[in-house]
Amino acid sequence: MSPQLEVQLIAVVIAAACAIPGVFLVLRRMAMLSDAISHTVLLGIVLGYFLTRDLASPLLFVGAVAMGVATVSLVELVSRTGLVKEDAAIGLVFPALFSVAVILISRFASNVHLDTDSVLLGELALAPFDRLILLGLDLPRALVVGLGTLLLNLVLVLLFYKELKLATFDAALAAALGFAPALVHYGLMTVVSITAVGAFDAVGSILVIALMVGPPAAAYLLTDRLSRMLALSVLIGAASALAGYWFAAWLDVAIAGSMATMVGVAFLLVYLFAPERGLIATAARRARQRWLFAEQMLALHLLNHAGTPEAAAECASDQVGEHLRWRPVFAAEVVRRAEQGGLVRRQGPMLALTERGRALAQEASLR
Amino acid sequence: MELFTDYTLRTVALGAALLGVVSGVLGCFAVLRRQALLGDAMSHAALPGIALAFMLTGRREPLILLVGAALAAWLAALLLLAITRTTRVKEDSGLALLLAVFFGFGLVLLSLLQQRPDAAQAGLKSFLFGQAAALVERDVVAMAALGLPALLCVALLWKQFKLISFDPEYAASLGMPVGLLGVALTTLIVVAIVIGLQTVGVVLMSAMLVAPAAAARQWTDRLGVMVLLAAAFGATSGVVGALISATGRGLSTGPTIVLCMAVITAVSLLFAPERGILWRRRRIALSERVPGA
Repeated sequence: MSPQLEVQLIAVVIAAACAIPGVFLVLRRMAMLSDAISHTVLLGIVLGYFLTRDLASPLLFVGAVAMGVATVSLVELVSRTGLVKEDAAIGLVFPALFSVAVILISRFASNVHLDTDSVLLGELALAPFDRLILLGLDLPRALVVGLGTLLLNLVLVLLFYKELKLATFDAALAAALGFAPALVHYGLMTVVSITAVGAFDAVGSILVIALMVGPPAAAYLLTDRLSRMLALSVLIGAASALAGYWFAAWLDVAIAGSMATMVGVAFLLVYLFAPERGLIATAARRARQRWLFAEQMLALHLLNHAGTPEAAAECASDQVGEHLRWRPVFAAEVVRRAEQGGLVRRQGPMLALTERGRALAQEASLR
Repeated sequence: MELFTDYTLRTVALGAALLGVVSGVLGCFAVLRRQALLGDAMSHAALPGIALAFMLTGRREPLILLVGAALAAWLAALLLLAITRTTRVKEDSGLALLLAVFFGFGLVLLSLLQQRPDAAQAGLKSFLFGQAAALVERDVVAMAALGLPALLCVALLWKQFKLISFDPEYAASLGMPVGLLGVALTTLIVVAIVIGLQTVGVVLMSAMLVAPAAAARQWTDRLGVMVLLAAAFGATSGVVGALISATGRGLSTGPTIVLCMAVITAVSLLFAPERGILWRRRRIALSERVPGA
């Protein structure tokens, strides 16, 4: 496999792995914890390095995951004292832990392969050069780690789908049925930490946040079903990763930054064009409802006044708008639409309801 | 003492103190209005603004870069409002999304700038973690030009800001333009963020808003006292952190200042009278010893 293909494969695998726990973060309104975790895992890696003096040691992975979970419980500890609100607790805890990591690196570890730029950016372009042999296959380490994370996330979601769904959408019922909410919460946080650590080396902390939150947020606007939201998140994440890779290759810019940008573009497209919840669909629906409502008003007005002594004044096609307090242009358009839709017909200067118009007015008056 | 003779150190200390005061004061409102994480998103979002301002003007004039940063941060705040108002995407998702996307785009622009042969772009990377040692007089002048008017605004609109922070419904019933005042306050917070970008960097700037305010909150129930205390905490940690970083080797300023601030916050959370954790524990212990007291 060429290095270019390998980089894309790694990116797609990591995007898919991040999207799965990301869906639950977004639904449980904990998206900003991905920000905190993806920063503080660095401290776990640094401390693990000081303990083992070996950047390849699996202890670094364990330390980083533990630090991610510790961050969440520290945030909870601080916010449970009631001294600060939860958002402030997040804002207090993770910058402090991240600062410790950055200072430790620049003070004591600047000679090793651990620098603060790659923490934010990742080194996806270099990922194919760090290889290991697995089952007789010569594979990039990042690909193996990414596939492992993806597999773990898939298996966990399939195994605990029902529990996760219930705990996410109805925490009270889940608790009443005996699914320990704390267990689900910390299980999820452990998975988020594992995923962040697994992706961290290759793509950096910022892209981890983008891939965990962006695709699920976009998918949330496209569907109401959890299973579809999971699938769509994976798809959107993978597509953004690929688009980001090609954009970066075209302009020769930072790959991780470019992928994060493409996540933003994907969200923007969905935000604008989503079939039901998109900005354009919503605006179109509003406009349609506005005309429909106006036509109903017109029909009701005609129904009320047809056959009464003042009908000649009230139902004249050029005066009806005045009685409904509409601007003339708007009134003319409503009359035109109602005529076209077969709700009213002209009888000389007057407007009269058709059968359909009468039915609509009667239906509206009953509501 | 070296501080009073060394010109560079004096500039650095002055800049850091200014930053501490402005972010301390405005951070109080951010924390009280539960916008602590909005600061994080906006400071990350400032990065593409810095890079774009440099690309368009080709100059490293601090005021130009800071205006670019402010516009980008403000745009992010506006987009957040649009997303949370018009869709069912919640605020936390919107924040994380905008933070990562804007910052990622900023990194793209920075890497695009690195292809340029000129050396002027070289300093832009220091906006990530801050480099107080590189502060020169015109930087501090730019910080003052933005920060002092912001403080003046807070003084002038004190009563209004106080009311919308604690009881926005009541403020609205008095006929105050709550929405407009909220926008004004967010804009001032953007100013505070922008002032800190050169010293603390985009990554950790949010801590300069949250930590002084959270620490000050523990010592008092009065907003006026809280704001003054937060300004003092911010200035102290800013100056101490910047000086340690400027004299020590290989220490980025942002993390150093944030750690100084973290110490102050931890002490406040533990030892503040009445509210502090240890204080409360002692009171519980006392009440157990004297039953019915």
